[in-house]
Amino acid sequence: MEAPVATGVSARTRVARGPGPWLLTAAAVLAGMVVAVPILSVLLSLANPVHAVWAHLWRTQMVELLGNTLALMLGVGLGSLGLGVALAWLVVFFEFPGRRGFEWALVLPLALPAYVIGFVFLGIFEFAGPLQTALRQVAGPELRLPDLRSGWGVVVVMTLVLYPYVYTLARAAFLEQSPEAFESARSLGRSRARAFWDVSLPLARPAVVAGTTLACMEALADYGTVATFSYRTLTEAIYRVWHGMFDRLAATQLAVVLLGLSACLILLERSSRGRARFTQGRRPTHAPARMRLAGGRALAAAGGCAAVWILAFGLPVGQLLVWAVTVLRRDGLPRGFLPALGNSLGLAAMAAGLTLGVALVLAYALRLRPSRSVAALVRGASLGYALPGAVIAVGVLLPLSTLDHALAAAAERILGLDAGLLLTGTAGALLYAYLVRFLAVSLQAVEATLARIPRSFDEIARSLGAGAGRTLRAVHVPLIRRGLLAALLLVFVDVMKEMPATLLLRPLSLDTLAIAVYQRTAESLWEEAAVPALALVLAGLVPVVLLLRTTGGSNRPGLPAILPGGDPIP
Amino acid sequence: MSLLRLEHLTKRFDGVGAAVDDLSLSVEPGEILALLGPSGCGKTTTLRLIAGFETPDAGAIVLRGRRVAGNGTVVPPESRGVGVVFQDYALFPHLSVGDNVAFGLARYERAERARRVREVLELVGLGGVERRFPHELSGGQQQRVALARALAPAPALILLDEPFSNLDADLRAAMREEIGKILRATGATAVFVTHDQEEAFALADRVGVLNAGRLEQVAPPYELYHRPGTRFVAEFVGAADFLRSMVTEDGIVSELGTLARQPGCSPGQAVDIMIRPDDIDFIPHPDGDVVVIGRQFLGAEHLYRLRLTSGASVHSVQPATTLYPVGARVRVVANLLHVVAFPLDEGG
Repeated sequence: MEAPVATGVSARTRVARGPGPWLLTAAAVLAGMVVAVPILSVLLSLANPVHAVWAHLWRTQMVELLGNTLALMLGVGLGSLGLGVALAWLVVFFEFPGRRGFEWALVLPLALPAYVIGFVFLGIFEFAGPLQTALRQVAGPELRLPDLRSGWGVVVVMTLVLYPYVYTLARAAFLEQSPEAFESARSLGRSRARAFWDVSLPLARPAVVAGTTLACMEALADYGTVATFSYRTLTEAIYRVWHGMFDRLAATQLAVVLLGLSACLILLERSSRGRARFTQGRRPTHAPARMRLAGGRALAAAGGCAAVWILAFGLPVGQLLVWAVTVLRRDGLPRGFLPALGNSLGLAAMAAGLTLGVALVLAYALRLRPSRSVAALVRGASLGYALPGAVIAVGVLLPLSTLDHALAAAAERILGLDAGLLLTGTAGALLYAYLVRFLAVSLQAVEATLARIPRSFDEIARSLGAGAGRTLRAVHVPLIRRGLLAALLLVFVDVMKEMPATLLLRPLSLDTLAIAVYQRTAESLWEEAAVPALALVLAGLVPVVLLLRTTGGSNRPGLPAILPGGDPIP
Repeated sequence: MSLLRLEHLTKRFDGVGAAVDDLSLSVEPGEILALLGPSGCGKTTTLRLIAGFETPDAGAIVLRGRRVAGNGTVVPPESRGVGVVFQDYALFPHLSVGDNVAFGLARYERAERARRVREVLELVGLGGVERRFPHELSGGQQQRVALARALAPAPALILLDEPFSNLDADLRAAMREEIGKILRATGATAVFVTHDQEEAFALADRVGVLNAGRLEQVAPPYELYHRPGTRFVAEFVGAADFLRSMVTEDGIVSELGTLARQPGCSPGQAVDIMIRPDDIDFIPHPDGDVVVIGRQFLGAEHLYRLRLTSGASVHSVQPATTLYPVGARVRVVANLLHVVAFPLDEGG
């Protein structure tokens, strides 16, 4: 190697210190924009209170809206907590017929968007539906089942598809615990049940709380299900005020309330971790000894798992298939299905690409310059997954339309032509909302893969004469290719299923699969909704299968890396 | 001219203070230097400063007469021409062995590159494994690939960070010899970091002992062992007992006899003299005033602990062929080839 001349040395000086300033600046600006813009614009709306609408809302509906929203969140939270922990406990600590199958099958309901299982249940259980009709024939025309279109109906159907958050995280946590902890408790005189209650469950607490928080966030953000069930919540009210009363400011101020509730959830989750440490620092050496159940108890365990699985997955998917086949036999592909499919795929692909790009910039800035401020920015930018789609939608739209009107006015003044609105109501606004909502998903996948490349690889590459560019090309990209693919897929599927932001922001002519499901179910056209819904369920199965592959069906705990933020329900 | 010169090198980390503190040393062409010290002594940081993975806060690094760090100059690692072998080898898992070795040969012609890869792999005794992947090799083979990869571009200097700590004990000795042979065969200049004194002695021409970021002493292994410059070196390199003694006109008067006076000791001064376990011999004697108070079986030898009349204790290594019981009374003979004395005010 020749010694470079003095100028060469100083020109390269910056390289040695890390990334060029442009990367860090870009990262900071991107990270700030992603989350700060929608949140700030929602908060800023408080500056001009719209007294008339607000007062009206407060007088007439606010108590109901808040009460319903809180009831939904609590109900789904408690339901998912109970169901998820109980199922995880069964499959980890006991052996019974079919256990291995249930272990992974019980994750499958995660693939169903809540609004899909919601309308399927309405179709099955409604007065004119097959179940009640059959029951009336048996028990006489007077028979009435309680109406599913109610608070508890929403809670039940949402719990059925949201419990897998708790189940997956709790199961992984139970498996990761070293069996010695449980065994020590036994040797100290605890029964199996007490040992679980006193040791295993407290050790799994952070995972259980995280899973429950995710379920609550989903419940809080849901629009499709509550709309189908005519259950009035904050998200539903935002949409109604926005589209029904065309009062965007009032809708935004409703979003402030929703934002406050999300913030409470995040804080609760953070504070629940407390100061205790829950990891034991090393992988368990052997699998926990499962207690073999026999006779009636084995039957009860298997029956319980089977019942949950049938209700949450078998029944709804089966019904969807029946409806879809009926419709396809009768009319062929529903009108508008192919364009909607195309739109969904196109939007999802663009959003996944955009999100991945931003995630890469952020993850790289963090890897090359792991300073506290960069880390804080990146963490902040991934908070978007906790924001309900409706909040993001209104938070994106207000600044965009302001900008748009300013642009239009400027165009008219300067060029003397009517340019119309350029940004509002275009796919651009929608893509931005998706970026805010799903950046965390992508970022987590990218970071997890990057973290698996030891820093010594970078250093070896550089000591062998490779600069930052060649290191990225020849070492990093080949190693993270699969992780990047996973990041793309996860966001892709999430975007396909997203409903509230899409409904609020889409250009009027743009129909997607989720919109198609929404429109058909709004008119109770269950069979017509089945084909697009089934397409969404198929798409939703992709990340679930990915999750199962990383978790492994067996005793390998694996990281539920795609869970937080990998939300299937908008 | 020295191949590598470190001049008053200093590196601080937030919250830790100085990891490397005013360190100066030089390495001659073809020399193998070991940096030895307990964990956290700054030896790995020194290595990373030389490689260019860290930037010094003060001082300079001069490599083949060219300043690569210090005074505002920072030559990035890719332009230093320094090969590195990490503790975990850091072989690229997505590249074959051949491609790993060829990684640093980007500027070579294709045919020349292939020739060089074969040549270096032959050198480390791994001819014919080019097509294999790192995970298909054993730990020892992986290490040789890592060394081949570092050697391939014919760097001015090879740095090895705890190169043998990932190997099993029985493989470690063999690899140590092997790597030493390869380094000597290529005439490479090498700096390696270790916390294992035996490793440093077996492989290095000279050993630098680091303590809390400071260089305590640089010397050939024999000298380091027998003429430690500081009490820390005496204790860290091999086992040592210290006996309180007094300097007189006639020599150093100790419980084990009067020893030759050392330069720098003036009469009337209290000193601690260093006693190595192999300096002490004893024979059982019913009237002996020294008592065996402990015994440890080391395989080929026994390590005895003896209590002297004053109550001070020293260790003695004896062949395992004869056995002396704990409690035996003995007479002690000290055969100090090199007398090392530390004045009491120095260290503690």
